[in-house]
Amino acid sequence: MTEPLVPVLLAMMLVLAVVAVRAADLLLAVIVLGAYGFTMSLVWSAIGAVDVAYTEAVVGAGAGTVLFLAALLRTSRRRSPLPSRLRWLALAVVVPVGAVLLMVVQPLPPWGDPASAPAVHVSPRYLTETMAETATPNAVTSVLADYRGYDTLIETVVIFSAGVGGWLLLHRRSP
Amino acid sequence: MIERHDSVVVVTFVRALLPIVQIFALYVLVYGHYGPGGGFQAGVMLGAAYILLALALGREAFERRVNEPACLALAAAGVLVYVVTGVAGIAGGSTFLDYSVLPLPVSPVKARYFGILFIETGVAIAVAATIVLLFCRLADTDARP
Repeated sequence: MTEPLVPVLLAMMLVLAVVAVRAADLLLAVIVLGAYGFTMSLVWSAIGAVDVAYTEAVVGAGAGTVLFLAALLRTSRRRSPLPSRLRWLALAVVVPVGAVLLMVVQPLPPWGDPASAPAVHVSPRYLTETMAETATPNAVTSVLADYRGYDTLIETVVIFSAGVGGWLLLHRRSP
Repeated sequence: MIERHDSVVVVTFVRALLPIVQIFALYVLVYGHYGPGGGFQAGVMLGAAYILLALALGREAFERRVNEPACLALAAAGVLVYVVTGVAGIAGGSTFLDYSVLPLPVSPVKARYFGILFIETGVAIAVAATIVLLFCRLADTDARP
């Protein structure tokens, strides 16, 4: 029902992304980036991925924005001009990467295809057995925390070590 | 240095909002079994509550409630909760992260249910503490090198 909204939301994201990149005032860029994250979460919820939408809303639109704002406190609101040679280098990197991404979109199965490889491999078993095996109706939670517990453990370790790494880098006392 | 916000409306609103956000984070954590949500989202929300506190009530109010070394310890403790729950599976005679053999007075299926709750709690603690930790350092403008 909400799927027709997706192209509109994607177009909105495109506009927001361009504004975020072009804005001279970095405070504006950060706020627009937050709006971008929130629109992304609307896209996820429109296609039925509510758990992902939840994460995107709290991280992309919430925590990410606040951490960027805190970073602005320590630096400056003004964008420093980019050397023109660096611009060409950026373009030379972005165009091939974008082309490769567009190429790998082609072989992906159509969205929501019940006969696609991921939909016929282990997911049917998780979906049918989650109640009998883990007493957890939300299959996303049982897959995340039980069936795929290793992945989530490593993810948590990654978050922890990334946080401690960032903390150590910023933990400098003035001499 | 983040100062306390000048507007009494902002300060009062944030004071009223904080407990609601914290309760909602707990709800998201324990309701993850039945609806969208879970440890990660709850952790970010809990961390965001403290960041909101710092932004509205100022750094002094924030530092009265949040202690940086304690945050670091909590972040590690969250990961530890996860690992210990996993090792309890080995101790119970099965494999790492098999919650069905956890020493709980419930059926193996319910034990997996509670195992999920334990590790989600660990994730929530780790994520909340990590976000607050990063914010502590980033927002500390006095420590500019």
